[in-house]
Amino acid sequence: MYGKPSTSRTDRWLAATLQLFTTITVLLLITIVGFLCLESWQLISGSGQNTGIFALLSGQDWYPLEGKFGMGPMILASLAVTFGAICLALPIGLACAICLQFYASRGIARWFELALILLAGIPSVIFGLWGLTRLVPIIGSWQPPGASMLAAILVLALMICPTVALTTTAALRALPLSLTAGSEALGLRLPTQIIQVYLPAARSGIISGVLLATARALGETMAVLMVAGNVVQNPSDLFSPVRVLTANIALEMAYAMGDHRGSLFASGLLLTALVWILSLWANRASGQRLLRAPYV
Amino acid sequence: MSKRWFERCFQLLICGLAVCVVAVMGWVLIDVIIQGLGHFSWQFLVTAPIDAGRAGGIGPIVVSTLLILIIALTVALPLGLAVAVWLAEFAARSSRFARISGVVLDVLAGVPSIVFGLFGNAFFCVYLGLGYSLLAGGLTLACMILPIFTRTCEIGLRAVSQDWRRGTAALGMTKASAVWHVLLPAARPAVLAGMVLGIGRATAETAALLFTSGYVDRMPGSVLDSGRALAVHIFDLSMNVTGGDGAAYASALVLVVLIIILNILAQQLTDRWLQQHSRA
Amino acid sequence: MNMALSTKHGLLALIGLILSCSTALAASDRLSLTGSSTVAPLLLEIGKRYESLNPAVRVDVQTGGSSRGIQDARMGTADAGMVSRALKPAEKDLTPFLVAMDGIGMIVHQSNPIKALSDTQIKAIYTGKINNWQQVGGKDQPITVVTKAEGRSTLELFLEHFELKNSQIKPQVVIGDNQQGVKTVAGNPGAIGYVSIGAAEYEHARAVPIKLLPMDGKPASVAAVAKGQYPFARELNLVVKGKPSKQLQDFIAFAQSAKVNDLIDAQFLVSPRTVTAKAKAGASVGASQAKQ
Repeated sequence: MYGKPSTSRTDRWLAATLQLFTTITVLLLITIVGFLCLESWQLISGSGQNTGIFALLSGQDWYPLEGKFGMGPMILASLAVTFGAICLALPIGLACAICLQFYASRGIARWFELALILLAGIPSVIFGLWGLTRLVPIIGSWQPPGASMLAAILVLALMICPTVALTTTAALRALPLSLTAGSEALGLRLPTQIIQVYLPAARSGIISGVLLATARALGETMAVLMVAGNVVQNPSDLFSPVRVLTANIALEMAYAMGDHRGSLFASGLLLTALVWILSLWANRASGQRLLRAPYV
Repeated sequence: MSKRWFERCFQLLICGLAVCVVAVMGWVLIDVIIQGLGHFSWQFLVTAPIDAGRAGGIGPIVVSTLLILIIALTVALPLGLAVAVWLAEFAARSSRFARISGVVLDVLAGVPSIVFGLFGNAFFCVYLGLGYSLLAGGLTLACMILPIFTRTCEIGLRAVSQDWRRGTAALGMTKASAVWHVLLPAARPAVLAGMVLGIGRATAETAALLFTSGYVDRMPGSVLDSGRALAVHIFDLSMNVTGGDGAAYASALVLVVLIIILNILAQQLTDRWLQQHSRA
Repeated sequence: MNMALSTKHGLLALIGLILSCSTALAASDRLSLTGSSTVAPLLLEIGKRYESLNPAVRVDVQTGGSSRGIQDARMGTADAGMVSRALKPAEKDLTPFLVAMDGIGMIVHQSNPIKALSDTQIKAIYTGKINNWQQVGGKDQPITVVTKAEGRSTLELFLEHFELKNSQIKPQVVIGDNQQGVKTVAGNPGAIGYVSIGAAEYEHARAVPIKLLPMDGKPASVAAVAKGQYPFARELNLVVKGKPSKQLQDFIAFAQSAKVNDLIDAQFLVSPRTVTAKAKAGASVGASQAKQ
């Protein structure tokens, strides 16, 4: 606050207690990282043919029964599915934001925004349920088996689209009025205004939103687990089933012991590292604190 | 001429895409509502599942979900409030520890939910020996809610005008009573909004509960018993139970209605806070 | 006023918590069983009946795979493990109690015209050498191969019976529990999978569109397993480390008694009391050939 710290005894006591609680929170993070490392240490530090970081990351064979823990195909699958989802969600999210901000009338815009916020909060199991019972059979009738990378990409795109739309809207809203005034004065048409002026100006906010959505897609488990087929193989085409890192943990965690369990914790560490890098990047891009609008 | 055509096309494209999105979302929700209503009844909410959930209801599961939520909130709320108060009121701006805590909270908010599940399993279930239990699940969820709630409270507290603090100093109040009697009540809508958001996130959570709370679908006798949360029940019904789709959709309906109510509540509270804030 | 309200809520929650914890302390005896998802449905029903006869006891059943059942029994995390195979020689520190017998059968969609598949054909399908139903006399439809994730004993027994390694299998879908396998095949007209016969017959009785294929010419049915005629049978065991507690002994005795025969029949498994010696021998032989 300001001035010298309070000398009241209650205040000192309270400050100490609160600081203790904060320390506990910091310790929590350390504990989490610690346990992840602890459980996976044996596997990561091993130097055998199938152990050690290099073998884990680049190995192509995931056969825990035979002691092979190559996460290569799954890492690729995670990245491919996330990339596909972003490719789909970015244009659509941008379109929603532009529609919301520039084209929709007052009343419609309010409802639209409310709908997007609501949808951003729908649990992933429900998207997974819908994907499993509706999307997979449709894809399956076109090209079996239906549970495939395409299904995962579609469901994920649906899930992160509101996030992209809402953060872009927030970024567009934060633009200074002088920009609008200036482009109107220049006689530019609305599409040109949007494409040449507003979007580039809001660029950092949009990028930050996209990165946050990517982090969310990367960490998504349930929806992908339910629709992707869960076969450990390199993603070869859109219709082949894949297994992503998160789904792998969910599928095998209850059954895993020893080194197998260690490998799952190792993949957890990898996921966390990836998500952190993305969040840090988003932070840099927007120049603000990481955690923004609460609904994200 | 072509200029108008270009404008029209652009508008059509943009709004068309937006309408597509709304249509698909609407498809999902309408599906859940129609399929869910087909299987739903007021009995559904209170009876126990029969035959792996194909018949009967979700009574014990609702109870388990509520217990997990209560545990998570009991731990996360006081802790989160304490940290928020410390960060906003007691910590010196230049304190390194305050900055580290801020970073730690941001980092915690970014950890994927399945990794929380891994941690919860390794720490609460195995290391602390709680086994598959509602307690372990609740504690894991508390870890997940903590960063969001703390951040929201902190923002709410920081947004309270400095005039109020000067006023309390002028009245000779200790910081403790200033916080308790003046500042927290002023930030109340933000605190409540944060709480509601936390509850929303916890209710939607599945992955973290899979290997901390377990799968048992019976009425839990105590918090040390294993229990199944609503989202986990939906997962199990749709993946593992043939003929369970109807019950899955009905449970999904209950979950969606709950989330919608929570979201609307959060919106109202945030709006009220913004109104108050702009007045002051 | 609102602050007072939330404090009250907090206190109420805390009290509720304490009350529920005290019920735990005042508690009933708890028996926890973890392990195979094949045995779990049966023991769930047996557990419920046991609870209705002994209200002070609570029987908790969790799945996790046969390997988890063995480990939990060893470490004491569970009172007993559920294992869907005979014990290997390396697991001599545990005592098995036979509760039922079962077989593993191949299932296809009901609309599939195929009547039977030979062992060689099954091997070829699972290793990806045959990928269209036409090649084995069916419709022109790509085959969707369904296999189980690692850690399940059904997978281990399947690999061992057909002398395959998991790296040789080329699946299109990987599933976890038996029930998920049935659901996947039922939803996919070109699919083939292997599940517990009990689970398959249970679902078939509920008009789920699947059918069991005979193995080696012998029909895949509960009756055939009971008579020892089915070549792919297996034991379903409860394993305990050391001497079971009195409560557990009582429960195991109940589970092995004739009082649960109707439950076993309802799950389409074979009660050990009706099975012939020949069938028992056949099932244990399969397990002793398992890798250490």
